[in-house]
Amino acid sequence: MSLEQTSDVPASRPWTKLLWALAPLALLIAALWWLIAGNLLGQFSNGAPPVENLTIERTILDQNGLRLLVRGGGSAPMTIAQVQVDAAYWRFTQDPPGEIARGSAAWVAIPFPWVLGEAHKVTFVTNTGATFEHDIPVAVETPQATSLNFAAQAMLGAFVGIVPVVIGLMFYPALRGAGPALISFLLAMTIGLLLFLLIDTMEDALEFAGRSATIFQGPMMVILAAAASFIVLLGISRRQGQPSGLALATYIAIGIGLHNLGEGLAIGAAFAAGAAGLGTFLVMGFTLHNITEGVGIAAPLLKLQPSLARFAGLALIAGGPAVIGMWAGSLAYAPHWSALALAIGAGAILQVIIEVGAFLTRSSERPLNGLMTPPVLAGIAVGVALMYATAMLVKI
Amino acid sequence: MSGWLPFDLKRRGFMGAGLLAASAAVIGTKRALGQADQASAHHGHQAATTGSAQYDAGNHMNAHGEMITIGDVDYARNGFDPTPMLTQWETGTVSILPDGRRLRSFEVTAEDKEIEIAPGVMFPAWTFNGRVPGPALRATEGDRVRITFRNFGSHPHSMHFHGFHAARMDGIPGAGLVPPGGEFIYEFDARPYGCHLYHCHALPLARHIHKGMYGLFVIDPDPEKHPEMAAAARSRLFGTPENAQWQEMAMVMNAFDTNFDGENEFYACNTIAHCYAKQPIKVVKSRPVRIYLVNVTEFDPINSFHLHGNFFDYYDQGTTLTPTLRTVDVIMQCQAQRGVLEFTFAEQADHEPGLYMFHAHQSEFTELGWMGMFDVVEALS
Repeated sequence: MSLEQTSDVPASRPWTKLLWALAPLALLIAALWWLIAGNLLGQFSNGAPPVENLTIERTILDQNGLRLLVRGGGSAPMTIAQVQVDAAYWRFTQDPPGEIARGSAAWVAIPFPWVLGEAHKVTFVTNTGATFEHDIPVAVETPQATSLNFAAQAMLGAFVGIVPVVIGLMFYPALRGAGPALISFLLAMTIGLLLFLLIDTMEDALEFAGRSATIFQGPMMVILAAAASFIVLLGISRRQGQPSGLALATYIAIGIGLHNLGEGLAIGAAFAAGAAGLGTFLVMGFTLHNITEGVGIAAPLLKLQPSLARFAGLALIAGGPAVIGMWAGSLAYAPHWSALALAIGAGAILQVIIEVGAFLTRSSERPLNGLMTPPVLAGIAVGVALMYATAMLVKI
Repeated sequence: MSGWLPFDLKRRGFMGAGLLAASAAVIGTKRALGQADQASAHHGHQAATTGSAQYDAGNHMNAHGEMITIGDVDYARNGFDPTPMLTQWETGTVSILPDGRRLRSFEVTAEDKEIEIAPGVMFPAWTFNGRVPGPALRATEGDRVRITFRNFGSHPHSMHFHGFHAARMDGIPGAGLVPPGGEFIYEFDARPYGCHLYHCHALPLARHIHKGMYGLFVIDPDPEKHPEMAAAARSRLFGTPENAQWQEMAMVMNAFDTNFDGENEFYACNTIAHCYAKQPIKVVKSRPVRIYLVNVTEFDPINSFHLHGNFFDYYDQGTTLTPTLRTVDVIMQCQAQRGVLEFTFAEQADHEPGLYMFHAHQSEFTELGWMGMFDVVEALS
């Protein structure tokens, strides 16, 4: 049947198209059936055991011992036959019991009397004798989701996220009435700090991705999520033309907020892992580090007169997620969720960089040259340098 | 003993939590085992133990509590069971040579076999006669020994005996190394008497040994050759009434590197991790105990044997009729070192019937499976 003939018979066209769409699918099914039923791979079977992979996603330490969430990722379902803690076999319970299918997860509970502040090593021995190790660098009780903990963590989150943004925003009255050069400088400084945050966020996202199960293809997931969040936010922000003023400040706040979510996750996770006896110094460091963010949010507003409520709203958008991150992080959720959240943040930051850049370009008569002026170049450099210098306070 | 308890008894809160977890563990164990079709004759007994809230002194599982491998090994599938293995001596076929000497003939095959070395953990072993350790061969001093060795395995193998023999009978490459499908007859006089061993001496040696190719080779002293120590010799001679008084056991300390990284994941006495902890060895209180012990552990320099609540006399390599060490409760053995342990629960007033632990006194080996129990009873029921 030729193409001309099908176009002659419009009534039959949808059916024919459907058939043609089904044909390749039918071939696929037939091919898979042949592969399985015909045991085509049988001759490649060399007696080697299946490839096994086990990722430990969550570690909970409590009064009953250890609980670990493990995810299988081998070429075939796998079985945990025995569990060692610190080179000793322990009874354990697995929920759900039995084989762990590829991609599925199970909780393993071990009634192990862990020692506060000391390190432990859990080793899973599968039925083939393969082993998978998991280190608990510092054993501390995993924070429970109680209201008391929530309040304490919210307080800390506010110190790390909301307080510095508010302080930064308080520079607003002093900066009002600034000349175009100073405004350009401040906006460029925002770009600089956002560039720093972009790299920082991506780094963290990829680190979490590296710890997640292979089946999620961590790095690719991070890049795709970042790209998707970038495109979606760009689409939203461009619905009503190019954002400026309050809208631009809001987008900056969203981007920074998503980054602060990541910071909160990191601090919360450090709590859960017992990695940080989180010093006052460290919290102060985060506070100083994040003040620049407040200045960045204020920069596009210098020619406007927003109400105090708007400022409060911006501070909440930019700083509040640190609190949420702290809660989520301390509950030791699986690393792929943290990677995903941070990737979305990275996409949002990239979108804001583009928007602030576009805003700078528009405010100049000669668009391209608007980005090449001394105040702008100096601003970007100062922004990055300021973030880098203050980050020294918080990197351990 | 309290060191073996998983929780500090003084910290009552923690203990309560532990017991809670223990009861949870019982439910989980049942399910975990239920889905794997492992024969679990033993199972109700385990469950009852872990689930009981009060510490029952008569219950041996308390001694290791939660710190033990989970589940049971399918001995039927393995084709060997560590408990009967303790007393399974391979004495061969006896005939008389023209010169009047006794000829003792053994048949041994090498075969590849996947065995379960700990509950649920399979190991691709190389075996003598389908078991690990291989058969415990037993001869009498002065016998002519003839071992017909057939290699049904996938690699070249040999039997290298520790004992007097000719260079041609050494079981090393060029002297009795048997290719797959091949056969070799090792022949030598059974001398000197003692607790010896044999193992595969194909190369690479470490791989061939740790895959399971070893076994006890015990040569009993001939009382006629030792008139000054005839009583001691007779008690060692298998089959005599004096010997029947003794509760003799064959124990091979071995270990398995299941992920082939050069470190052992499982340690055991007679292959199965924790086998005698879960199924204590019955010992009649009034009769003395003699253990033929050999260490074949690969990758670790030494192994050891420690007996709780008792002391023993030790005959290093078993080549003497007087102890080389008296009244000790720990001995060390490097690889291929072996000896005879003699002890009794009949003489000390404090020795009540009950569970007496034995284990390697390297805590790591103990906690990775090399630990067991003697269940001392007044009489076998």
